[in-house]
Amino acid sequence: MSEARITWISGPVLRATTDDVFHINEAVFVGANRLLGEVIRIEQNTIVAQAYEDTSGLRPGDTVHGDGMPLSVKLGPALLGNIFDGLLRPLTRELGDYVQPGMKAPPPQVFEFAPALQAGETVRPGSVLGSATGSGGLSQAVLVPPHISGTVVEISGPGQYQDEQTICTVRDESGAEQPVAMSHPWPIREPRPVTQRLPTSRPLFTGQRILDSIFPLACGGRAAMPGGFGTGKTVLQETLSKWCDADIIVYVGCGERGNEMAGVLHDLPALEDPRTGRPLMERTLIIANTSNMPVAAREASIYTAVTVAEYFRDQGLRVSLMADSTSRWAEALREVSGRLGEIPGEAGYPAYLSSRLADFYERAANVRTLGGEHGSLSIIGAVSPPSADFSEPVTTHTKRYVRVFWALDSTRAQARFYPAIHPLQSYSGDIGDLVDFWQEHNHPHWPEQRRRFLTLLAEQTRLERMARIVGKDALPPRQQHILLCAELVSDGFLRQSAYSEIDRYCSPARQARMMQLLTRFIELSEQAIEQKVEFERINTLPILRRLRRMNEDIGEQDMEQFETLRTDMENAFAALTKQVPGRVG
Amino acid sequence: MLVDVRSHGTATQIEGPLLFLRRNIDVGLNDAVEIIDARGRKRLGRIATLDDDSMIVEVLESTSGLSLADTTVRFMGEALHFGVGPDLLGRILDGVGRPLDGGPPVSASRRLRIDGAAINPAAREYPRDFIETGISSIDLMNSLVRGQKLPIFSGSGLPHDRLATEIARHAKLLGEEAGSFAVVFVAIGVSYDIAEQFRRAMENSGALEHTVLFLNLASDSSTQRLLAPRYALTAAEYLAYSEDRHVLVIMTDMTNYCEALREVSASHGEIPSRKGYPGYMYSDLATLFERAGCIMGKAGTLTQLPILTIPSDDITHPIPDLTGYITEGQIVLDRELDRRDIYPPIRVLPSLSRLMKDGTGKGFTHDDHPALANQLYAAYARAMHVRVLASIMGSEGLSDHDRLFLEFGDRFEQELLQQDSARSLAQSMEIGWGLLQQIPVLELTRLSDEQIKRHIRAQPLNPEQEGEDAGQ
Repeated sequence: MSEARITWISGPVLRATTDDVFHINEAVFVGANRLLGEVIRIEQNTIVAQAYEDTSGLRPGDTVHGDGMPLSVKLGPALLGNIFDGLLRPLTRELGDYVQPGMKAPPPQVFEFAPALQAGETVRPGSVLGSATGSGGLSQAVLVPPHISGTVVEISGPGQYQDEQTICTVRDESGAEQPVAMSHPWPIREPRPVTQRLPTSRPLFTGQRILDSIFPLACGGRAAMPGGFGTGKTVLQETLSKWCDADIIVYVGCGERGNEMAGVLHDLPALEDPRTGRPLMERTLIIANTSNMPVAAREASIYTAVTVAEYFRDQGLRVSLMADSTSRWAEALREVSGRLGEIPGEAGYPAYLSSRLADFYERAANVRTLGGEHGSLSIIGAVSPPSADFSEPVTTHTKRYVRVFWALDSTRAQARFYPAIHPLQSYSGDIGDLVDFWQEHNHPHWPEQRRRFLTLLAEQTRLERMARIVGKDALPPRQQHILLCAELVSDGFLRQSAYSEIDRYCSPARQARMMQLLTRFIELSEQAIEQKVEFERINTLPILRRLRRMNEDIGEQDMEQFETLRTDMENAFAALTKQVPGRVG
Repeated sequence: MLVDVRSHGTATQIEGPLLFLRRNIDVGLNDAVEIIDARGRKRLGRIATLDDDSMIVEVLESTSGLSLADTTVRFMGEALHFGVGPDLLGRILDGVGRPLDGGPPVSASRRLRIDGAAINPAAREYPRDFIETGISSIDLMNSLVRGQKLPIFSGSGLPHDRLATEIARHAKLLGEEAGSFAVVFVAIGVSYDIAEQFRRAMENSGALEHTVLFLNLASDSSTQRLLAPRYALTAAEYLAYSEDRHVLVIMTDMTNYCEALREVSASHGEIPSRKGYPGYMYSDLATLFERAGCIMGKAGTLTQLPILTIPSDDITHPIPDLTGYITEGQIVLDRELDRRDIYPPIRVLPSLSRLMKDGTGKGFTHDDHPALANQLYAAYARAMHVRVLASIMGSEGLSDHDRLFLEFGDRFEQELLQQDSARSLAQSMEIGWGLLQQIPVLELTRLSDEQIKRHIRAQPLNPEQEGEDAGQ
């Protein structure tokens, strides 16, 4: 193992001299506490390293040990259902009340291994070796790691094994024997290989109407969610991690609040996955680098998260990565860059900010895995632009790499209109791929109805500007009608409370019914206006309140009430138009 | 471990707050030092950079009067610590924990590092205990819970100090007596009279013996401003987690803290970020604010109420902006309301309490509390929208509904925001329901039919629907 001696230290950055060989991005252990760090620069016999932990008390002369491996994390069956720091070291109650420097790597854990093949069989990367079952009863596949293939020389029988213990030996073409365990290390900055990248074809269904029906995200897609403070980024990320139909959720709290992490840990175990009936926590993995944890580890936490997400994708699962917030990650990049004395670019960020963001978002994909399965990794990144100004570097660069953009708006948030996604500033580039999904869910006219809603909302903004000058009452009935319909779409459809037991999740069928019902209202009222029904009489229809409140009043269990509501609506309009000739005549 | 190693005459250079020394002893990064000048005056410092032959000490107080030849540096052998003990309460200390009240030094039962480690997220208890502050626009609209950090965004000349004092005096859990609470007040670069005002207010309410005051006055050095909240929070953590008290920390004024941070960063020659503030201001503020919270298995809690005056009332300024991204909401004071003599002048629309959702409602306050707050927000937002319209074309151009909202907005400010004395949550809710009476039921879309029947009017509100129910 290579060794170096510290000659200079300031904050998290240190220099050390050595006669041994060190590599760029190699993991190092610093000082007596073995603080984890990474080599970031090499100059002749001096290395520059950054430590991922508080360096207080370090002094010149302390040793730096090289690990021989790039900064890596241990991927295996011990991940799901747990919370980790930015370098995938478990945060458990046993650690104590505070996070202290010098945390140790995760201890080995015991799993029940059941082999799926026998000695003599040929395996390649991604082949299923067997399954590992933890104490919670959750069974996960054990795959041959990338870069290992050949003939199985020996494989352990069913039984209890530690996750780092060799359970299988594979002889490769050159005759060398490779040990395989249930867990294996993987460098966090290196994307895991796949057989093929596939085009996206189905949505990541979230149960949130404004997302699924208006700005949908495809499985394997990339979305960004920018918004000033208090616009609900975190609540939306949490809602998605609770209700979206991914198999695995990787939630990374990057430079965010400790109480939020506590909130997620408090909520998730109590909630049930609507599809499997198991606790939601079982499919979730949390990576927490709260805003007061070391900054350098914040930079690494995003890569750690995406590496873990790829590991599950490789098992043929649908994985969703929630990154909250990528701005804090970019700021960590800026801080480390500043300490290294690099030339700053825009707003002090290093010039490579854009390519780092690209690297990160490019790791989202819909793929055929090495084992031939179909897996996907979707990335949803929150962005916290300073002063909610979307023209700042992180937001603008992120926009170049994502296909779906959910812009959060503070005016909506201030009126407690959630999700505060601005329908005119947001967009989705995944629409074309997702028409089939809605067709399957009995909603063939989805693209037209969606466009209709968006046109209404755009018109609303224009008309409101006009109404501000001439007064709402001075608008012709047709335009007042547009305003009414747009309000109805906002109130009855787009608004969805994350805290309402009834409305926090909205199934495809319910979304389709609500959309169709509102479209029908728009048609009926349009006809009524054409038949010269006074606008005020439409505006005071009691049915309006029921339409506005249908999101809260009609739950998944009482879908038949939508039919009642529709009939009542048809009747109400029939009554309106019937009276007209009499009045006019 | 305290060691007493002195190094005399090794200083080679003084530049701003930085003192360069030859390294002749083995010391660690961030170790605390005491710099003693020829006349025996002591200043605090810490070791910022180390190499084989030299070290740089960051002097945490003014360097005025230091010289190279006759400066002695005493090494503590550990990072800055603060000796805390039960007799902290009732004391008045300076920004680095030295007595200002003429009393003896605080007798230390424990020595704690002032930087405080990050709380393990897995050991945090999720905060859910509603605190009644007596202020309607907080209790009803933006509820505070124990363990939360909720800043007051104010402006110069607004009554934020009065508000903070009142909250400190009234804050209590629903249906519980005050219990073993404590208030830690830290003045960061404020004038003496503000600190004195607070002291007197606590004295009058008989709470002074539960209060610790840390005063870094405007005349004290700006490097010390960076230490004052850290000393205060260390004391607060001790009181919360070792003495089982519910501690409310009032920090005023965080703007002065950020200014000091900018000043110190500039003197270090660091590359500035927005408006000259250092790029690490977010992380630095987070090391203070994240010290709020509840820890599993500990009876005490630490709640923070930082106050900051927004520079030139610009809420997008880096100080309120970064604070808002760290804290769990904000209470925004408004100059316009203040001018109209509405007290407390809390502008509710941009105000927010992120932890409200989990500390209110069924089992916590009142079943219908969240829905009421939600409806009041929606209606008041509409009222503000209408007010803008009315300011352009006069109220004559408004529809009847809009005029009702306009009137609602005025009454909301006069009757709910404005208050002369503390109100219980029940009283605040009573006023809230009353205000909603004047809005047509059709518009109350955030309330369910049952809620309307319960609180607003008993008669059928939807003739069509009632008819159907009867027919079924």
